[in-house]
Amino acid sequence: MKRTNTHSLSATRRQLKRTKQLWLFVLPAVVMVSIFNYIPMYGVIMAFEDFKPSLGFFGSKWVGLEHFVRFFNSYSSSSTIRNTILLSVESLLWTFPIPIIFALLLNQISHARFKRAVQTVTYMPYFISIVVLVSIVNLFLSPYRGFYGAIVSLLELQDPIEPLTDPAFFRTVYIGSTIWQTTGYQSIIYLAALSGVDPALHEAAKIDGASRWQRVLHIDLPTLMPTISIMFIMACGSIMNVGFEKAYLLQNKLNLNVSEVLQTYVYKVGLINAQYSFSAAINLFSTVINIIMLLVMNRVVKKLSDTSLL
Amino acid sequence: MKTKRSHGIRESFGDRVFLFISYALCGLILLAVAYPLYFVLIASVSDPDAVNRGEVLLLPAKTSLDAYIAVFEESQVWTGYRNTILYTALSVLFSLCIVMPAAYALSRKDFPGRGPLVIFFLIAMYFNGGMVPTYLLVDSLGMTNTIWAMVLPSCVNVFHLIIAKTYFETSIPNELREAAELDGCTDFKFFIRIVLPLSKAIISVVGVYVAVATWNSYMNALMYITEESLQPLQIVLRNILLVAQVTSGQSAAMARESEMMKYALIVVTTIPIICVYPFVQKYFEKGVMIGSVKG
Repeated sequence: MKRTNTHSLSATRRQLKRTKQLWLFVLPAVVMVSIFNYIPMYGVIMAFEDFKPSLGFFGSKWVGLEHFVRFFNSYSSSSTIRNTILLSVESLLWTFPIPIIFALLLNQISHARFKRAVQTVTYMPYFISIVVLVSIVNLFLSPYRGFYGAIVSLLELQDPIEPLTDPAFFRTVYIGSTIWQTTGYQSIIYLAALSGVDPALHEAAKIDGASRWQRVLHIDLPTLMPTISIMFIMACGSIMNVGFEKAYLLQNKLNLNVSEVLQTYVYKVGLINAQYSFSAAINLFSTVINIIMLLVMNRVVKKLSDTSLL
Repeated sequence: MKTKRSHGIRESFGDRVFLFISYALCGLILLAVAYPLYFVLIASVSDPDAVNRGEVLLLPAKTSLDAYIAVFEESQVWTGYRNTILYTALSVLFSLCIVMPAAYALSRKDFPGRGPLVIFFLIAMYFNGGMVPTYLLVDSLGMTNTIWAMVLPSCVNVFHLIIAKTYFETSIPNELREAAELDGCTDFKFFIRIVLPLSKAIISVVGVYVAVATWNSYMNALMYITEESLQPLQIVLRNILLVAQVTSGQSAAMARESEMMKYALIVVTTIPIICVYPFVQKYFEKGVMIGSVKG
């Protein structure tokens, strides 16, 4: 026993020496991730304390679930949670299937240059920042100027709909602009999977008299299923993560009752009002929901299609 | 090859209708995505009053470059531009120098730390402490209102690390390293002289990811930077584009000028980052695929 131990110890030492340079290769990344990803995880504990920066992490008073109780009893909690869930579920329902359909359609196109043009143009908005996207939305959809304003004044509409300030249109604008921005980019992965389809399958189906539509349904779509499952599980794992930047920038006083989501609430309460522990508690709550969703959807999809992420 | 095939078996009527619909829908999508971009472009060179009257729907009207001149007379825009270029260059440099060697080490099957370290990084990808603890950390390190707040916290992205690791695993043959090792080549030399030159694709993909993310990043600056001279372009943009519209009491001429500038400002800030894309497009699609293999 002892002999094998010393033997393995010297073997380990030898191996360490041999891979010394590889350890140096990972060292900077380990240091950076430890500092900027692991240290902030103490936020989990902060949520149960009455954290004061002056008292520090160890000196602050332990208050247990007080912040959670306060959040769930507050007037804003139910509406913020509802807004977050509605916005992300509706987003998922729209922005998840559209890139798949787009990839299937684009896969039909055999004219190489047209296909290339469609791809290049549809990827482009992905590179636009959220600030610019929201500005374009504002300039485009305001009834007083820009594109929509021009239509309103050309048609001489009285009392036009105001999509930017009308709470009924907040989610439509949010989701519509996401579709515009990300459909092309999201479709890359499905197109890549489709390019892996064996042409012989299509040939055989053609000879058997299968129409294009039938081939899409019975060859292309089944090929995509594993990719779709994985992407779906990952999307469900961030169900409580509404893009902070976009929700924050599209927000205004008039649509606040539908546009206030957990992330924007955490920012306002945590950083602007400096209620650190309270916002850490809200953050922890949404992380827990995310993890539960990830695990649940992973099981559901595994049952349904035999693919899983974990 | 495709045309040859379609000559072989005649397409049925239903198939031709289906194909026609596919083309038509793709064409419509193309237009729907391109039009808002085109509209911003033509509005930026048109007279703002003409834009609001609806005369600029298909072609620019009363073209002038006044808006661009006004944008470049704004000193904030120059400062923002300079800061953003600096932050982007530093982020790409730091990120590549830290992520690439680490990804290479993790791709080596004979590296004993591989298993535990991959888990260490994956945990960091799925869990985070949230906005407030991260802010407090950056603040306590004395990095708020410095360049470093814009570069260091987001410098190692675990997702990039994983795609680079997958790339090295699939495209650097093990035999190559063994041969080099026999010739007395150290890991360091092998990485610099052989691995890096073979990995232009992944370097450019990760480089573009980091560059786009930094160029467009808004939240970091919102949290960490309050000093005006350090503010990046996105914050300047937001101040001019989104906040200015709610301030009342400005004169009609000022309102007209800020209206005119908006389109030009969007063009000026977005063109550089969109221009990077065609150069790396062929690598980019490959990179997205590599990323998707292990997700």
